[in-house]
Amino acid sequence: MYDFEYHKPGSLADAVKLLSADPDARPISGGQTLLPALKHRLNKPTSVVDLSGIAELRGIKREGNKLVIGALAKHVEVATSPEVKAAIPALAQMAGTIGDTQVRNRGTIGGSVANNDPAADYPSAVLGLNATIVTDKRRIAADDFFQGMFTTALEPGELLVAIEFPIPEKAGYAKMRNPASRYVMAGAFVAKTGGAVRVAINGAGPGVFRQADMEKALTANWSPDAVAGVTQPADGLNGDIHGSAEYRAHLVTVMAKRAIAAAG
Amino acid sequence: MNVVTPFEGIGASVKRKEDLRFLSGRGQYTDDINRPGQTYAAILRSPHAHGRITSIDTAAAAAMPGVVAIFTGADMPDLGGIPCGWQIHNKDGTPMAEPMHPVLAVGKVRFVGDAVAAVIAETRAQAKDAAEAIQVEYEVLPAVATLEAALAPGASLVHDDVAGNICYDWHIGDKAVNEAAFIKAAKVVEFDLVNNRLVPNAMEPRAAIGDYDPTTEDYTLYTTSQNPHVIRLLMGAFVLHLPEHKLRVVAPDVGGGFGSKIFHYAEEAIVTWAAGRVKRPVKWTAERTESFITDAHGRDHVTKARLAMDADGKFLALHVRTLANMGAYLSTFATSVPTYLYATLLSGVYATPTVYAEVKAVFTNTVPVDAYRGAGRPEATFLLERLVDVAAAETGMDRVEIRRRNFIPADAFPYQTPVALQYDSGDYQATLDQALEAAGWAGFEARRAEAKARGRLRGIGISTYVEACGIAPSAVVGSLGARAGLYEVGTIRVHPTGSVTVLTGTHSHGQGHETTFAQLVTDRLGVPLAQVDVVHGDTAKIPFGMGTYGSRSLAVGGSAMVKAMDKIVAKARRIAAHLMEASVEDVEFDRGTFRVAGTDKTRSWAEIALTAYVPHNYPIEELEPGLDETAFYDPKNFTYPGGCHICEVEIEPETGITTVVNFTAVDDVGRVINPMIVEGQVQGGVAQGIGQALLESCVYDSEGQLVSASFMDYQMPRANDLPMVSVATHTTLCTHNPLGVKGCGEVGAIGSPPAVINAVVDALKEYGVRHIEMPATAAKIWGIINASRPAMAAE
Repeated sequence: MYDFEYHKPGSLADAVKLLSADPDARPISGGQTLLPALKHRLNKPTSVVDLSGIAELRGIKREGNKLVIGALAKHVEVATSPEVKAAIPALAQMAGTIGDTQVRNRGTIGGSVANNDPAADYPSAVLGLNATIVTDKRRIAADDFFQGMFTTALEPGELLVAIEFPIPEKAGYAKMRNPASRYVMAGAFVAKTGGAVRVAINGAGPGVFRQADMEKALTANWSPDAVAGVTQPADGLNGDIHGSAEYRAHLVTVMAKRAIAAAG
Repeated sequence: MNVVTPFEGIGASVKRKEDLRFLSGRGQYTDDINRPGQTYAAILRSPHAHGRITSIDTAAAAAMPGVVAIFTGADMPDLGGIPCGWQIHNKDGTPMAEPMHPVLAVGKVRFVGDAVAAVIAETRAQAKDAAEAIQVEYEVLPAVATLEAALAPGASLVHDDVAGNICYDWHIGDKAVNEAAFIKAAKVVEFDLVNNRLVPNAMEPRAAIGDYDPTTEDYTLYTTSQNPHVIRLLMGAFVLHLPEHKLRVVAPDVGGGFGSKIFHYAEEAIVTWAAGRVKRPVKWTAERTESFITDAHGRDHVTKARLAMDADGKFLALHVRTLANMGAYLSTFATSVPTYLYATLLSGVYATPTVYAEVKAVFTNTVPVDAYRGAGRPEATFLLERLVDVAAAETGMDRVEIRRRNFIPADAFPYQTPVALQYDSGDYQATLDQALEAAGWAGFEARRAEAKARGRLRGIGISTYVEACGIAPSAVVGSLGARAGLYEVGTIRVHPTGSVTVLTGTHSHGQGHETTFAQLVTDRLGVPLAQVDVVHGDTAKIPFGMGTYGSRSLAVGGSAMVKAMDKIVAKARRIAAHLMEASVEDVEFDRGTFRVAGTDKTRSWAEIALTAYVPHNYPIEELEPGLDETAFYDPKNFTYPGGCHICEVEIEPETGITTVVNFTAVDDVGRVINPMIVEGQVQGGVAQGIGQALLESCVYDSEGQLVSASFMDYQMPRANDLPMVSVATHTTLCTHNPLGVKGCGEVGAIGSPPAVINAVVDALKEYGVRHIEMPATAAKIWGIINASRPAMAAE
């Protein structure tokens, strides 16, 4: 990796100050994306701002009918949290399947969501559960937050602080892993929250997206059979050496069925 | 009092002596070694698959912090090219095309990863920074990334002096006899297939340290090699022009090779030569990406085959035409792999009367291709065992019966094949029977039905194979074009207290030689295992040796040790005879005790050893002191392990995901020294075979960029991709080496891929699948199922 300066601010305000002062500074949370990029010399930040010392970014708590997860919550913490398991078991289950043990012990929910890798897990939960992204400046609805491959509504210097998840009646997640990287080839997060159905698809396309036809079908009939006949168009989906867009489109339906079955 | 010690000799599953060191992080790998004053090398590599270098400007890079020196191909006019160790001749008798392989590119780059410049700096990071600052201008040329592209009319030439990109056009077998046999055939099965290209991916990346002592002008190379003496020979004699006594090559602990660390690589020559230039040690360690684009790849064949059969399903003739990818340059043993390690195995376990094989080796703008676990024999086995299954399907014969009907019978050994080899022993019916029993072949249809009820497609596949290893008789391989002898060397050094150091010219990089070889000594000399150490991997310590590959270490290296132990025992008996005042003929030796036959007069091993080094009462006029013997062993033939692998898979039709649910291997590896180590070797080989069959896909795009250049895209087998492998052995002894051993390092990777694919094809039989190319990925299988869905629905 190239040389960079290292900062470890103790407060959100200090972190924002450091990041705002230098457009080439990069925040680092669990480092599961940034560190490999640095090691491959694919990224040349002037400084790296380590968020791990900021207490305001920590914590998992139930607040009324919401689950609030701090940006620094590691995957392993979400997977094993009694609050998450009780409120949104599908979210805990998802967190327990991200990457491998090492990744889950380092990677954070804030880092994953802010990075918005199309093959990441969490964005589909955030979108499927209609969560709200809380930053140091504002609150952003999930529908407005994800803006395509590695792109979000976050502005330069703006930091993701926490994610507020409404607690659903039912939720389920299923994915097919990329055979090599074990990232998501195609995944579906389905949820019924306050009577409203959402289906968020990750892995298959250039960014996480909602599957409106499936949402309609499930609103009428919440069962795996309801989506079995819904065809995901292959247009615009990813195709690569691991599978064609047609294969991924097919997997979207398969994973949606499994997610509904898992949700019960 | 008798101390009962556990049996540690031949046949004991002794725990591996080396594992405490490895498992506790105390191994000494090349990158763990640091020399005083060490510098670091970074290699600037070509980003283009094919191009002419129009200029290289190193001025800015040379001025960067910490830079000690920068070298390009222009700085090395006196160096030789990286040599190829095996010369193949064309059908017309002319020698193969053997283009220059410069240490650093001169004039042209020929694959992505080709070495263009070497930066020597105080730190690794400084070396990399400076390498990035070197300005190279290329005139990018059209690349030929596949066999098809390289052979197309008017294709771009990888080497300007190699017409048609053809390295050689070779054949073996009697063409006229072969053609005549096809005319008489009742049935001819035609079949095309690909053997997929693989990236070896040893856990330890390659590394090398060059060291130079200006006072003695001695060079030392520490390197991740399977054969340090071969590297000394190739690099010293052909590239750097250094005599052996001025060049020491050390291959310390090495973390996996699988063939990829046999070869002499440019980086070894670069660091050694550069150390002499900068008068400081120079270290280079590959990053994983460099491993992907510079370690020699494996396999990469495209083959057309025809099998002639009579009306009873007996094989009459086999004709094979194979294209073999050599990559951009000839790696050390590249040329031998698709010829003498492949086509000579095309008789397989079958008594096919005539086999004729034609092999074209082709240059492409890709990483050089060379031996990878099994080297040629997996390609031959995959072809034969798929072809036999296709022949069974097309003649309506049972898959087991067609094999039985064509096996070389157990009483036909020694068996001369029509493609040069003479198998010494084997019993293919017996390994087949044992495997069918162990795998529950007879009860499979019930399991298929049970799986179907769960919505799964279950299939079973079989592979019966033979391979040739324990390489090799020097005169034979010499007559076939090898530029080296392939004997092995062993020294047995008995110390004054009776403990033993074994020096071997083979090299252990995961195989457990330190244990297996010590067991040979324990078994023969009666010295406890704890008092036997095995030393390998250093040309300054070991007299000579040809290294480890081709499952040769035990069959050839172990035999050298036996010969050296014969000399030790002969001398020790003479010392014992002197001490016991008996004639040598009357002295018996059995595991640590010398006895005058028929008496209670004995001498212990330790007494004889001490006497040899403290020769106060000694036949000094007729016998030298000391007990230290070296033997060179040149094998009389290859060895021929064989056996039967049976694989059972389940496919989830909805996703195409294949799960290997059972795998049974019954291998004849000759006498087994350590059953636990054999089992581990077979399991590892099967893991790689399943990797090739289902997972591993090395993909180049049409511009010659390696698309699968990281573990993000290249799928190595993980533990959860693999079943518990049931391993058993069925022994017929090798008839021509003193241990009766055949070798077990490669059988797993050789026998398994066709068993897996045969199982996948069987699982998909209701879809009318004749063949599926490796790797049979989920996406590929789903594509087959999806494409045939309308046809199924129409039925």
